[in-house]
Amino acid sequence: AGDPVITELQPWMQQLGDGVDVAPYGKPSEYESHVKRRTVEWLTADPVSSINFTPLHELDGIITPNGLCFERHHAGTAHIDPAKHRLMINGLVDTPLVFTMADLLRFPRENHVYFLECAANSGMEWRGAQLNGCQFTHGMIHNVMYTGVKLRHLLEEAGVKTSGKWVMPEGADAAAMTRSIPMEKALDDCLVAWKMNGEALRPEQGYPLRLVVPGWEGNMWVKWLRRIEVGDEPWHHREETSKYTDLLADGTARRFTWEMDAKSVITNPSPQAPILHGKGPTVLTGLAWSGRGTIPRVDVTIDGGKNWHAARMSGPSLDKSMHRFYFEFDWDGGELLLQSRAHDSTGYVQPTKNELRDYRGTNSIYHNNGIQTWYVNKNGEAENVEVS
Amino acid sequence: ENLGLGRAATPDEIAAWDIDIRPDGQGLPEGSGSVMDGEVLYTEKCSVCHGVFGEAVGRWPVLAGGDGSLSDDRPVKTVGSYWPYLSTVWDYVHRAMPFGDAQSLSNDEVYAITAYLMYLNYLVEDDFVLSKENFLEVRLPNEDNFFMDDRADGELVAFAKPEICMSDCKDSVEITARAAIIDVTPEDADARKARAARLGMDVSESEGAASAGEDDATQEAAASAPAESGEPALDMALVAEGERVFKKCAACHQVGEGAKDRVGPVLNGVIGAPFGHVDGFRYSKGLLEMADEGMVWTEDNMAEFLRKPRDYIKRTKMSFAGLRKDEEIAAVIEYLKSFSE
Repeated sequence: AGDPVITELQPWMQQLGDGVDVAPYGKPSEYESHVKRRTVEWLTADPVSSINFTPLHELDGIITPNGLCFERHHAGTAHIDPAKHRLMINGLVDTPLVFTMADLLRFPRENHVYFLECAANSGMEWRGAQLNGCQFTHGMIHNVMYTGVKLRHLLEEAGVKTSGKWVMPEGADAAAMTRSIPMEKALDDCLVAWKMNGEALRPEQGYPLRLVVPGWEGNMWVKWLRRIEVGDEPWHHREETSKYTDLLADGTARRFTWEMDAKSVITNPSPQAPILHGKGPTVLTGLAWSGRGTIPRVDVTIDGGKNWHAARMSGPSLDKSMHRFYFEFDWDGGELLLQSRAHDSTGYVQPTKNELRDYRGTNSIYHNNGIQTWYVNKNGEAENVEVS
Repeated sequence: ENLGLGRAATPDEIAAWDIDIRPDGQGLPEGSGSVMDGEVLYTEKCSVCHGVFGEAVGRWPVLAGGDGSLSDDRPVKTVGSYWPYLSTVWDYVHRAMPFGDAQSLSNDEVYAITAYLMYLNYLVEDDFVLSKENFLEVRLPNEDNFFMDDRADGELVAFAKPEICMSDCKDSVEITARAAIIDVTPEDADARKARAARLGMDVSESEGAASAGEDDATQEAAASAPAESGEPALDMALVAEGERVFKKCAACHQVGEGAKDRVGPVLNGVIGAPFGHVDGFRYSKGLLEMADEGMVWTEDNMAEFLRKPRDYIKRTKMSFAGLRKDEEIAAVIEYLKSFSE
């Protein structure tokens, strides 16, 4: 008697497995094939100008695997031969310059882990709970280690004139994405990056070159970066006027809402990751991040906010990076209302959705960082809800 | 301490890539384009996604209308209602449009399409010509309603809570909203199987996803306009002229034998019929309110409607900008009268 996987000889115990080079570029186990980016078809008009979502509920730690980083592009994924890629710096500089990829590799390099969150992450939830799964409510985010050169080095190489107050990165794809970034940020921590998690950027993340704008909304992290223009005024282009401006209830709109507010979400349990094991010891886990610093503390509640508990932070705490938290508890098999609440290093505390709506109304689309609630029923199944 | 890496960009290289336009006119090239030319270009290159009148097809961006809607429950953010600067239109059309054929338009064509988008938004008349010379005279109506990020003054202060409740924070908790009510989450059969497999369950049960979104059966709305007796004779020359003008309407409306509802209702017998006379057609709330008041379509109110649809019926679903010429209005009404049945 006993478990047949123990008492009976299994094929993998007897037969030979794959030799090396069966998969020269390795891939996940066939038993993990359900772990993938997913889209919501009704959100956009066409898949070449669309979005998909990182499966946060299937991941742990703080690093997002490259193949699971959510995608957002406006004219499809460009496939660019790095030998034909150039980066130009022009505008209010002493010498307009052109760099090849080989030139860029000769600058001093840095490595940093940063989260990239789309400003529209959780945007479908402004009017109320809508999508069942943290992949869909919170999955427009990823967190990887970038290797690249400080934008400051490149700007200094060209020599920024004293009248140069703004930079405008531009993409080489058919959308030719542009945004205006104040010089102060450009000289502070922006990177021009060509590696993510040690390997070349994936095409859908801007291969061969992208801009990294730590802590600021993902739309500014221009992919397939081909040009940086220096100017004395912002450009007010499409992605910072008709889009990525936050419409308030009175019909006025905030512009240049660059920084991502502190936010967190419980990734397990969640609608796509129900409790399958019944009552008893249960691991709750999630992610927290802030565009203004680190996350020293996350509070967790299992009763809808009557009582809160300090979650256990685990893993490195890096500036403008995702943080991982855990809360282990003994589930009595009853109903749960799960929430997490992030505190960032500036003292900011993640607000409830209604606190946020008091300031923003429900038409903002962008920058929804309100506290997420999952209702868990007695079967362990979770649902996206809001509570009083 | 420069490293001396890279090389100087040539003037030709900079000219090839430096295509950006700013609100102060920096970057605008020489050139001009008329509303009239823009209409032809727009219809050919843009309307397949953005609709004949900027009303949009599917989920592509709406480009016209939405005036005064920004504080509504469902704001319509268009070039006319929301965008702060016209230079953004020029820049974006030039750098990224038409979708899938970026940077294929000449400078004059971009001026013309920009002019036509102004026309679709009631910002200029149909004889307007936009050029580098008059570009900076244009101000879009919503420019002053944008302001710099002010979170630091309000939210950041309010949400920084040095003391925060950790226990017995509230007496009761009620669920106030549920995703299950309006669940639009995509199905994921693979993940469900994987979860079941982890539990050691055998999943042969296939909870088929509700297949919503199948083609709605087209409703045959019978146009049942009361036949009038003793109608005045028609001016057949005007009817013929109206048939030509009606091509502008035909993108959304059908008329005549076998006509069916499209985006707009079938128009047989509309002159003389009560407002909202086509059974089963989903009229705008504004039109239905007028119908409740017992209003009937006459030549006069139809003329007023066709001149400025959005002025005559509040939030009409008819996204047509309107006919500018009285002769065209008279002609198309005469044409509609010829289908009085």
